Amino acid sequence: MNALLSVRDLSVAFTQSGQESLAVDRISFDIAQGETVALVGESGSGKSVTALSILKLLPYPPASHPSGQILFNGEDLLDKDETDLRRVRGNDITMIFQEPMTSLNPLHPIEKQISEVLKLHQGMGDKAARQRTLALLEEVGIREPEKRMNAYPHQLSGGQRQRVMIAMALANKPKLLIADEPTTALDVTVQAQILKLLAELKTAQGMSMLFITHDLGIVRKIADRVCVMTGGKIVETGPTKQIFDNPQHEYTKHLLAAEPKGNPPSADLSAEPVMRGENLKVWFPIKQGFLRKTVDYVKAVDGIDVTIRAGQTLGVVGESGSGKTTLGLALSRMISSEGVIRFGTKDINQYSFKQMRPLRRELQIVFQDPYGSLSPRMSVTDIIAEGLQVHEPKLSVDERDARVVAALKEVNLDPENRFRYPHEFSGGQRQRIAIARAMVLNPRFVMLDEPTSALDMSVQAQVVDLLRSLQQKHNLAYLFISHDLKVVKALANDVLVMRNGKAVEYGPSEEIFARPKSDYTKALMAAAFRIETAEQGAVSE
Amino acid sequence: MASEVLRAPAIPVRRPRLSPLNARRWQNFKANRRGWWALWIFLFLFIASLFAEFIANDRPILVSYKGEILFPVLVDYPEEKFGGFYAVTDYRDPVIQDEINANGWAIWPPVRYSYRTVNNELPDTAPSKPYWLFTPEERCARYPQGVNDPNCTFGNLNILGTDDQARDVFARALYGFRISVLFGLILTAASAVIGVTAGALQGYFGGWLDLIAQRFIEIWSSVPTLYLLLIMASILPPGFWILLCIMLLFSWVSFVGIVRAEFLRARNFEYVNAARALGVRDRTIMFRHLLPNAMVTTLTFLPFILNGSITTLTSLDFLGFGLPPGSPSLGELLAQGKNNLQAPWLGLTGFIVISLMLSLLIFVGEATRDAFDPRKAFK
Repeated sequence: MNALLSVRDLSVAFTQSGQESLAVDRISFDIAQGETVALVGESGSGKSVTALSILKLLPYPPASHPSGQILFNGEDLLDKDETDLRRVRGNDITMIFQEPMTSLNPLHPIEKQISEVLKLHQGMGDKAARQRTLALLEEVGIREPEKRMNAYPHQLSGGQRQRVMIAMALANKPKLLIADEPTTALDVTVQAQILKLLAELKTAQGMSMLFITHDLGIVRKIADRVCVMTGGKIVETGPTKQIFDNPQHEYTKHLLAAEPKGNPPSADLSAEPVMRGENLKVWFPIKQGFLRKTVDYVKAVDGIDVTIRAGQTLGVVGESGSGKTTLGLALSRMISSEGVIRFGTKDINQYSFKQMRPLRRELQIVFQDPYGSLSPRMSVTDIIAEGLQVHEPKLSVDERDARVVAALKEVNLDPENRFRYPHEFSGGQRQRIAIARAMVLNPRFVMLDEPTSALDMSVQAQVVDLLRSLQQKHNLAYLFISHDLKVVKALANDVLVMRNGKAVEYGPSEEIFARPKSDYTKALMAAAFRIETAEQGAVSE
Repeated sequence: MASEVLRAPAIPVRRPRLSPLNARRWQNFKANRRGWWALWIFLFLFIASLFAEFIANDRPILVSYKGEILFPVLVDYPEEKFGGFYAVTDYRDPVIQDEINANGWAIWPPVRYSYRTVNNELPDTAPSKPYWLFTPEERCARYPQGVNDPNCTFGNLNILGTDDQARDVFARALYGFRISVLFGLILTAASAVIGVTAGALQGYFGGWLDLIAQRFIEIWSSVPTLYLLLIMASILPPGFWILLCIMLLFSWVSFVGIVRAEFLRARNFEYVNAARALGVRDRTIMFRHLLPNAMVTTLTFLPFILNGSITTLTSLDFLGFGLPPGSPSLGELLAQGKNNLQAPWLGLTGFIVISLMLSLLIFVGEATRDAFDPRKAFK
C-alpha cells in the first residue's frame, strides 16, 4: 500500500525551565489515499500535538522533535524550511480546528476569508475567486450562499461556522484534511450534520482524512482505521471493526468500557417534592433607541412547570440556546424570574439575598467547567471549607477540617492532598472537588449544570457513578442539565426536553427514551445515540 | 467510632512555602537580572537612608561622659549636662567637644553634618566645592590648628561640597532621598487603598453606582492638579502631610480604571458564581476571590505611580511650592543647581540621585510586570 502520509518514529518534546518533557513518544502510522484514520485518546494523550507537528505548527522552541520523520508524498516535512512548508500548508494539507468561532477572523466577512485562500495559493482573480467561493459554500451545505457570503462570523451559528471552516479547508482541493476535534464544541444534532458532510466530501473528492477525537461513537461512524493513543504513545492500531470487536490492549478495552452505564432508580411519584417551579418565565428585555425602550423580549425560559422529588433526578436536555441553564439558574435563584418557585414548602421566588442565605446550604450548584469554577488562588481545603464558614461559622478549625476530610473521602479523593491547589489536579479530580464543595453542606437539592461535558469519556462514567451513589446515600434531588443524552439516560428518572425556552416533552425518562413523541426529541436521540441526521427543520443547524 | 474516622491520623502540615503560582512569579522576577539587581540596590539605599541619622548627623552616635553612656542620636540632652546653658547641646561646638574628650569619648557618624547643619569652617564662600578639589592646606585653613586640627577629619569635610547656605550636600541628598521615597511610598499606598476600594465597588456592583462614580471621576480628574496645588500651597501652611493629603485627593483616580475593569471582568467568573451560590457575602467574595485578580494589574502599575508621585513632589519643591524651607529635598537641590551654575556639584548631585532613584524603581517595576505576566516564558 502506498501511503500518502507516513509518520515514522515521531517524538515531540517540550522544554520548560530547563526540563524536557516528552509529549509524543516515537509514534508511527500511515494514511493511505482516500482513507480516514482516527487518532483516539483522552486529553493529554498527545493527539493534538501530533496533528500540529505534521504541519510544524507547534511553537519551536519550546517544542522540538528529538526523533522521527513525517513523509508526505515521500518528502520529509520536518526537514523543510518555512517557505516550503507554506506551500504545503493550506494547499496539500489543510486543518480544521475545534473552536470555529476563534478560528475565523471576526473582523472580515466570510467571503473575504475564503477567497483569500484561493487568491494566495491559486492566484485567482477577484471574479474567479468569488465564483469558486460561492460553489464551495454551496458544497458545504450553506443555504442561500449569495446572501451568506457577506456575513461576519458572529452572524453565523456554530454549525455554519464550522461549515465555513471546512469550505476554507477544501478550497484548494487538499490531499489530506486534518480535523482536530471538529465537532466537540457543537451540539449533538449539529455534530451529526457536520460528520455527514465530512464523510460525503471525502468520498466526493477522494481525499484522505486524519480525524482526531476522544469520542468513540464518532470513530465507529467515520473512521476506516483507528490509532489509540495514551501517554504520548500509540498502543493499538487496526481497522475500526477489529478494534471495536476485539480490542487487544488494556487501555483500548478501558476506553470501550467507559461509556456511562447503569440505570437510574425508578421514578417514585410518592417521594416528597423538593423543588417545584410553576409557570416559570425568564424574559430578557431587548432595549432599543435613546430612551432604552423595551421593544421585545428574549424568552429564555417561557412558562415551564417542573417538579423535582427527593432522591430523584430531572434531566433537562435540548440544543444549546434552548434555555436549559437559564432554567437551572432561575430555580436556584441565581437570576431573577417570574412565576412560583417552591422549595420545600416555601415560595422562595421573592426572597432577598439575605433571606436566601440560610437556604443556600440546601440548594447547591455544580458548574460545567471544573477549570473555571475553582478559584486558582485557593487551596482545596479552603475551597471546600468556604461554604462551612458561611453556614456553620461556629465550627472550630479542627471540626471544619474533619468535615472537609469527610467530604473528600465521600467523593473518593485522598484527603492528604487537600492543601494543594486546583491546578495540581486533573479535570475529573477537579470536578470531584466541586462536588465535594456542594456535598460538604449536606444539601437537599443540587443543580448540576453540564457537570460531565468538559470531561473525558472514561472520567464522565466515573463522575456519573459517583453522583448516583451520593444521591442514594443522601436522598438528594438533582436537576441535571446536559446536552449529552447518554449521560442523562444513565442518571435521570424524569426528562424535560426544551426548545427555545419551552417544554417540548416532559415525563418519565423510560417513556421518553422508548417512545419519543416529537420530531425534535427523535432527532436529538438519533444524533446522540447513532450520530444520524434528521430531515431538515426538526433541529437547528 | 465515627469520630475516629473523621480525625485524620496525622494532620498534614500546611505548606508554608510560596504557592506554586507565587513561586513561579518569584522565578520570573529573578530571571530579569536587571530588575533583580535594581531591587537589591534600591533596598540597600532605602534601608541605609532610613538610618540616615546614624550616617550623617551633627551629634555623636554614642558618648561616654563621666562614666555615663549617652545616646545623643536618639535623646536630646540639655547642654547643662556638659556644663553649658543652652537647652539643646551643640556637639560641634569646640568647647563641648573638649569637655567630652576630657571626661570620656564620643563616636561620631561617618559624616558630621545633618541636613540643616551649617559648616562654619568653610574653606571658600558658599557654595563651596567638594573637599577633594582643595589641597589639604586649603580645606583646613579655617580650623585653628590647620592641617593638624583634630576636627579637620574626613567626617567634617564636605564630600560633595556645600550648598549656598553652607550645608553639606551629601547629607541633604541622603535625607532628601529618604523623604522622597517615603513620600512616594505613603502616597502610593494610600492612593492604592482608596483607588482599589473605589474601583472594586464600581466594578462589582456596576449599574447606577458605577455610572455616577465614573462621571464624578471624569470631572474630578479634569481638575488641573498642579494649579490647584499651587493655590492650596499658598493658603495652607506647607508641610509633608498637607502636601500628601492634597496630592492624595487626585492620585487615587489612577487606580480606579484598572481595578474596575478587572472586577467587571471577573465578577461573572464561574468560581465567583460558585461562591455566590454558597451564600458567601459580597464583601468576602470581593476580598477573597476578586481582589487577587485585580492585584496583578495593580502591582504592575504601582512602581510607575510611585515614580510619578516622587516626580511631582520634586517638581513642586523645584518651583518652591513644596516642603517648607530648610527641609532636605531633591527638588530644592535642583533649584539651587539652576541658580548656581558656577557650582555644578549641586545640580549634578541632584540629577544623579533623582535619576538613579527613578531608574531603579522603573527597573524593579519592569521585573514585577514580567513576574506577573502569565505568557512570559523564560528559558
